[in-house]
Amino acid sequence: MIPSSFEYVAPTSVEEAVKALVAGDGDAKVISGGQSLLPMMKLRLASPGTLVDINGIAGLDTLEEADGMLRIGALVRHGDLERSALIAERYPIILDAAQHIADPLIRNRGTFCGSVAHGDPAGDWATVAATLDAQLHAVGPKGAVTHSARDFQTSMFETQLGTDQILVEARIPCPKPGQGSAYLKIERKVGDYAAAAVGVMVVLAGDTITEASIGLTNVGPLTIHASAAAASLIGKSIGDAAALEEAGRLAMEASDPASDLRGPADYKKDLVRVLTKRALRKAGARAQGQEA
Amino acid sequence: MSSNLATESTVAGAIGQSPKRIEDDRFIRGKGNYVDDVQLPGMLFMAIYRSPFAHATINSIDCSRALAMPGVLACITGKDLEAHKLAWMPTLAGDTQAVLATDKVRFQGQEVVAIIAKSQAQAVDAIEGIDVDYDPLPVVVDPKRALEADAPVIRSDLEGKTDNHIFTWESGDADATDRAFRDADIVISLDTLYPRIHPAPMETCGCVSDYNKATGKMTVHLTSQAPHAHRTLFALVAGLPEHKIRIISPDVGGGFGNKVPIYPGYVVATAASLLIGKPVKWIESRSENLISTGFARDYHMSGELAATKDGKMLGLRANVLADHGAFNAQAAPTKWPAGFFNIATGSYDLPAAYCKVEGVYTNKAPGGVAYRCSFRVTEAAYLIERLVDNLAHKTGIDAAELRKLNFIQPEQFPYRSPMGWEYDSGDYDKAMDIALELVEYKALRKEQAEKRERGEVMGIGFSSFTEIVGAGMSKICDIAGLAMIDSAELRIHPTGKGVLKLGVQSQGQGHETTFAQIVASELGIPSTDIVVEHGDTDHTPYGLGTYASRSTPTGGAATAIVARKLREKGRQIAAHMLECAPDDLEFDSGTFSVKGSPDRTKTIQECIFKAYQPELPEGMENGFEDVTYYDAPEMTYPFGTYICVVDVDKGTGEVKVRKFVAVDDCGTRINPMIVDGQIHGGLTQGFGTAMMELISFDEDGNCFGSNFMDYLIPTAVESPHWTLGECTTPSPHHPIGAKGIGESPTVGSPQAFVNAVVDALTPFGITNIDMPLSSHKVWKALRDAGVSDD
Repeated sequence: MIPSSFEYVAPTSVEEAVKALVAGDGDAKVISGGQSLLPMMKLRLASPGTLVDINGIAGLDTLEEADGMLRIGALVRHGDLERSALIAERYPIILDAAQHIADPLIRNRGTFCGSVAHGDPAGDWATVAATLDAQLHAVGPKGAVTHSARDFQTSMFETQLGTDQILVEARIPCPKPGQGSAYLKIERKVGDYAAAAVGVMVVLAGDTITEASIGLTNVGPLTIHASAAAASLIGKSIGDAAALEEAGRLAMEASDPASDLRGPADYKKDLVRVLTKRALRKAGARAQGQEA
Repeated sequence: MSSNLATESTVAGAIGQSPKRIEDDRFIRGKGNYVDDVQLPGMLFMAIYRSPFAHATINSIDCSRALAMPGVLACITGKDLEAHKLAWMPTLAGDTQAVLATDKVRFQGQEVVAIIAKSQAQAVDAIEGIDVDYDPLPVVVDPKRALEADAPVIRSDLEGKTDNHIFTWESGDADATDRAFRDADIVISLDTLYPRIHPAPMETCGCVSDYNKATGKMTVHLTSQAPHAHRTLFALVAGLPEHKIRIISPDVGGGFGNKVPIYPGYVVATAASLLIGKPVKWIESRSENLISTGFARDYHMSGELAATKDGKMLGLRANVLADHGAFNAQAAPTKWPAGFFNIATGSYDLPAAYCKVEGVYTNKAPGGVAYRCSFRVTEAAYLIERLVDNLAHKTGIDAAELRKLNFIQPEQFPYRSPMGWEYDSGDYDKAMDIALELVEYKALRKEQAEKRERGEVMGIGFSSFTEIVGAGMSKICDIAGLAMIDSAELRIHPTGKGVLKLGVQSQGQGHETTFAQIVASELGIPSTDIVVEHGDTDHTPYGLGTYASRSTPTGGAATAIVARKLREKGRQIAAHMLECAPDDLEFDSGTFSVKGSPDRTKTIQECIFKAYQPELPEGMENGFEDVTYYDAPEMTYPFGTYICVVDVDKGTGEVKVRKFVAVDDCGTRINPMIVDGQIHGGLTQGFGTAMMELISFDEDGNCFGSNFMDYLIPTAVESPHWTLGECTTPSPHHPIGAKGIGESPTVGSPQAFVNAVVDALTPFGITNIDMPLSSHKVWKALRDAGVSDD
């Protein structure tokens, strides 16, 4: 459990950090919380030549609403989101996820942006970001670039983020009137990745669903945005059990899980179906102010 | 408190009080001293290159790249060890085990090359510089496959070996059992796997071997549960003179049976220190601990229970296939290849019983250690308790009533079981009644009935286990020929404060506190006036160590007896000073007083001081010390009733443990707080066993449990709340009536969880799910039974 040797730099500005990444020539990795990267290094699944520690860069810990967007800076920890009054009041899906990511110790270190940038389909934040249609702001040697969370991940542990870019902030549209959301996760124990998890956002006019979004965690090689399942709900009543069942079925069809220690593929697919229905009911109740 | 106690002492820290643990002061301040804390001048470090294959011939080993890496001083192979006759070593079970593989590798993670370097990081880095040329061989993962005629022979090293069979062991009366089954109205059958799990102590295994060329003395700092036995084994394995071996077990961060065997790493590090003449440290990584050191269980059990239609049990039959891995490294008394599995009749007055256990080799890590268990009693207790709950479902008799109908009754003790054990004492109905009341049983069954009406899934599971601990009994128990005795040496200094030295070895049990409490009760001096020492073979009397809940039954008995010897010396001195006959003195809480003259007294401290002065009684030597070696006359038999209440989510298969009541009877409780802590820890481990723990393999023998992301153990966050109850039936043959508690909760609890889940699923015709009860397994059972999520 000892990593290979590596260089370590701790820049104090984004510009310096980008320079260090460029100098690393593809072999440098950004470290913020390190809760995914360090275990991979200790197991020697990852052996970066240089670690660029961004914890000393001022201004990356923004967590606020501005110009109709929720801004989550690169150094905002899972625990910051878990304990934020703003999140508790306005973003129930984020609170749901924050409470079920890893364990309290990891939540004190790991970051939202680091998790998204890791490109792991088991990452809860990538699903939340896709469900809420987040924009991901990165900075590289050629300046700033914005990616959509819904097509950010390109393959297992690969994203659109260049090896010389830093994901500095995620921006999430502020909730609309009538919006509700939820994140439900099945894990074998606290600290485990999801056997399956589902994130849901709906906007209701009365009982009628006018907007919907569904994201799936760890049931395929990529974070899944189940757009067909979400589309099937438009114009349906949130109380329409058959519509919810159909959305669950379509979400299940969008999933492509592998059998592993967390269970066989058919189990995970069925979890997607069950959790989608439950998350929709929960999000609907929240939209109607019936449930926290 | 026990009626066996000579004195019911009011002395501070006496038996029955709950002083805080002395040892915790240093643990919570970070001042513990574990093996990895040992730093010696000139110390070198060892890392081990392990086999990536489960079964492969070794064609060649090339260490040249590693030797060229920074800081690397030597690479040791099996061939190097062969020159010193150390390539193979004996196991506790009488088998041989490769120290470093020579001919072939037999499990993934097997030790092949040891690298010695100047730093730990350099040694670990150099693992990547080892090049081994292998020819992969067919792999045997399934123990049933291991017994097929065309299965590859794993132990080709054993002369004349043509199969993978290790042993066949039988107990009980097969004919009488067959007759009982012929007479039965009902036969319950259960095929179940008690899966392969790992003790997973917080501290992994490791050692610092330090050979002094000038004195010829080998000092080994070792994470050992049995330092004295290990010293003797080192002498036998390495051929070192035993008086020149010193084993020091410093603070040990949990053992649970994992630190009973001798591991190859210890032998290589010791050989390396001997050859190089410098201290060599080897500390396992977590992955190495999980994939290569002693696993537990892995029993494929077929059990049958015969009964009348009104629930009277008539007989038990069990056939077991025991997967021991590539080498038989089971840790059990030598004459017991399947441990005490024949305790399988449990708490029930069964007229007939028979069991047969077959051990086999597979291409998996060696082991079969007694993980918080007296040698297979965990598997045995699981089988009978699962069968009994299934019998309750079959007959429709309430699971509690059915147990009461068949319990051994208090007046039947000492009770001779059909497979030959003599139970010391018990009151099983009492423990059951306390548990039923604590759990509010009637209300629960009513709630369950109502929930079933609404389509909700809730279950109540029982376990009324009987344990067998304290090995114990040199007439039947030895390890490598060493009688399973244990010892205590007590030396009180002139001012009344002293040292108790033990042959047993704490790994977290709290011996430094509880053993001082025994002395406090017996000798009447405050427990804080006694320092307890253990774990240094040069400075403590011989003993077989701590596992199988044996410390209190053996070392605790020795402590009481040695304290009583000194109390008698004190009595002689007091009588001499008070000018009366020793028999005219009464002893209470540290003071001798003349019967009928309560003002004529001498305190034990006055007697102790006198022992170091002139003018002692005629013929008495100075000093106040003695030693006792205790050979238990019988085992002790703790017992209890556990009740588990679960809710099952039909949609996801998730099991939520809503309530868990544990009523334990371990005889006299020395420190009730520590007993509760032991129970909490053991229940949590039992919960892990039942719900999540599993070392699994693919068909190529790749191990899927090499870290805590894959090998799951419970944390405080998901562990249920434990509700404890208490019952006290002292052991009639133990000096203070104590029975031992360490393993009761791991032995007793897993089946309570499983029984609760099966009880919940009974309406759907489900009679068994094997551990661990992962959500996906429960989900599959539900879906296979046609249960939908709504």
